[in-house]
Amino acid sequence: MHIVVCIKQVPDSAQIRVHPVYNTIMRQGVPTIINPYDLFALEEALRLRDRLGGEVTVLTMGPPTAAESLRKTLTFGADRAVLLTDRYFAGSDTLATSFALASALGKIAADFGKPDIIFTGKQTIDGDTAQVGPGIAKRLAYNQLTYVSRIVETDLDAGEIIVERRAEGGIQLLKTKFPVLITMLEATNEMRRGSIENALLAARAEVVTWNATDIGIEDLTKCGLRGSPTIVKKVFAPTARSEKAQIIQAEGGPTGLAEALICEIFQRAPGVESDLYEFAASN
Amino acid sequence: MIDERFDAIVVGAGPSGNAAAYTLATKGLKVLQIERGEYSGSKNVQGAILYADALEKIIPDFRDDAPLERHVTEQRIWMMDDSSHTGMHYRSDDFNEEKPNRYTILRAQFDKWFSARVKQAGAIVLCETTVTELVKDIHGRVIGVRTDRSGDTIKADVVILAEGVNGLVGQRSDLRPEVAPDSVALAVKEMHFLPRETVEARFNLTGNEGVVIEAMGTITKGMTGTAFLYTNEESISVGIGCIVSDFVDSDITPYALLEAFKNHPSIKPLLAGSECKEYAAHLIPEGGYKAIPQLVGDGWIIVGDAGQFVNAVHREGSNLAMTTGRIAAETVVWLHRLRNPMTKENLSEYTRRLSETFVMKDLKKYRGIPALLHGNKGNFFGLYPKLISQAMQTWFRVDGIDKVSKEKEIFRSFRSARTLLGMMGDAFKLVRAWR
Ligand SMILES: Cc1cc2nc3c(=O)[nH]c(=O)nc-3n(C[C@H](O)[C@H](O)[C@H](O)COP(=O)(O)OP(=O)(O)OC[C@H]3O[C@@H](n4cnc5c(N)ncnc54)[C@H](O)[C@@H]3O)c2cc1C
Repeated sequence: MHIVVCIKQVPDSAQIRVHPVYNTIMRQGVPTIINPYDLFALEEALRLRDRLGGEVTVLTMGPPTAAESLRKTLTFGADRAVLLTDRYFAGSDTLATSFALASALGKIAADFGKPDIIFTGKQTIDGDTAQVGPGIAKRLAYNQLTYVSRIVETDLDAGEIIVERRAEGGIQLLKTKFPVLITMLEATNEMRRGSIENALLAARAEVVTWNATDIGIEDLTKCGLRGSPTIVKKVFAPTARSEKAQIIQAEGGPTGLAEALICEIFQRAPGVESDLYEFAASN
Repeated sequence: MIDERFDAIVVGAGPSGNAAAYTLATKGLKVLQIERGEYSGSKNVQGAILYADALEKIIPDFRDDAPLERHVTEQRIWMMDDSSHTGMHYRSDDFNEEKPNRYTILRAQFDKWFSARVKQAGAIVLCETTVTELVKDIHGRVIGVRTDRSGDTIKADVVILAEGVNGLVGQRSDLRPEVAPDSVALAVKEMHFLPRETVEARFNLTGNEGVVIEAMGTITKGMTGTAFLYTNEESISVGIGCIVSDFVDSDITPYALLEAFKNHPSIKPLLAGSECKEYAAHLIPEGGYKAIPQLVGDGWIIVGDAGQFVNAVHREGSNLAMTTGRIAAETVVWLHRLRNPMTKENLSEYTRRLSETFVMKDLKKYRGIPALLHGNKGNFFGLYPKLISQAMQTWFRVDGIDKVSKEKEIFRSFRSARTLLGMMGDAFKLVRAWR
């Protein structure tokens, strides 16, 4: 089985700062991370591979520095990493991104075997659109399963997969045929810690790097800013919260401190105390 | 199975580990460096002043692309009481030289740069991996390490422990004792953002010139410690640190101490209007020469803070870290080329080479200082700063009192606070410890 996981390197939103003087977003020096939602997709892919055999290829489109994020996925145990990077891709919206990724997936299919499953995260934390996964599925004519919370069964012989999908008001049990694109929901699994062997392999691995020409794109007007109908009209900073961090002090060492802390929490959120009692009683 | 074997494993990617790994890799040895942080520098804290000389001996052209903030052109040393400071300032245009001698840096960026150089040199760098134990053979020789990742022992001819002040690997393997609370300081530090122009106007700086302030006095509330304020390109680093056992005895929290220091009338205007971006805390080994543990054994060497290599009097640490890392690596390369085994006896060449450098010479020179300051902290960090400040004030205030009376008053204030003998004793001890 060949599984491809599409990931994105995003700025660590917890560490983005707004310039105190000019009120613009300061991108420089903000550390980048793998889009957290993508990690659930990656872990699910690795589990399937461990169970059913095959290979996991990780694909990303981004600047050359995105190779670091790819390397990290190798540390977790992915078999191969592909970086799609070209200045023609700069400024892509979801339409242009899914076009570039779908083209790259074509070359992946040709070079490393046709993917049976393509995974993406539910959405990214910097774009929040949840459109790229479905965009790829549409372009490649893959069946699509979005917001998947659990993979129930995979039947390779029949070429079928059954999943649970979270929908408004309940959980759907869905069955479909390979090839399929799955967008994985958060908190559905826990990322493994790669073994020392994986880490050593990852440190030395070559990241496969392709540009627009490599993946056979001829019409560059479908790429990057030119291929993106979405226009960002304005970026602005929300006003800072007035609430300040509070320092809690207490006598009586760790126990005293813990008590003071809990009192403070109960005082601010009275519901928590009763919930806790209820929880304790029910156990 | 990992059947490959490394010439050397370096534990930690601070300045000492990076210096060692870089030196080994450039000499063609097969090196594995293991760092528990997400990247080199992610866990590290420093003032931070970089002393160019130590790095120049490792990467001569570092100025071309290392992330440096400002080169230091002015040094201020302040003795502070609650409302004043008595200062010694040294500013020299000679420091505006082609290859400046000291720089302010931000460790997170600097270490990342250094680590990139280590990788370029050919070392394998594994981050987010913690070394949990040293693996020994039946003769007690260290033959490799185990990590918090699942899998085999990774083997190497020698393990260089560059794990910093509180490194647990060496302690757990009984290579060195746990750091004693009275020979280690706890420092807290904040980074305050200010526009470049404001930093320059406030400290009379042009271009990349920088100022450093080192301060002591009642700001540590009678505890053994010092404070600092350094100018970066677009920010100011401000911090304070005291010996851990003093914190324990005093019940004063480090952040309260830092808050008070930031609000001191001499410091407050320097930080006015700034935004605090970062808060960090870290230990500094301050036990000096007498606290240095055994440095080599069969298959292992200790470098940097893990070996207590900090000159607390001159606020030097990273340069000792880099120098010990470099010399340890050079010793390993030398043995490797001779095909000599990495035994305790052979590796002790490292200790011998170190004794010929400023590292050991300086630490030896100041070996009496930690005990002296600690034993007389009430005087050095309370009484004397107050007396000096009072004397200055008496001397400079013009209030109709004649100068002879003023001199007598100053003399009397010193005499009544401390006996002449006591004061002479302190001075004598200080001079002796200094020599
Ligand atoms: C507030 C403050 C201000 C300072 N100011 C200055 C200054 O201005 N100038 C100066 O020269 N020095 C200064 N120092 C001292 C200087 O920071 C240290 O001497 C220097 O960082 C020591 O380098 P090192 O490589 O030995 O240790 P560290 O920099 O502490 O690096 C140790 C590394 O090992 C890693 N590690 C630890 N255990 C493990 C493990 N088990 N497995 C894997 N990795 C591990 C850590 O994550 C860390 O990255 C200051 C220190 C402090 C705290």
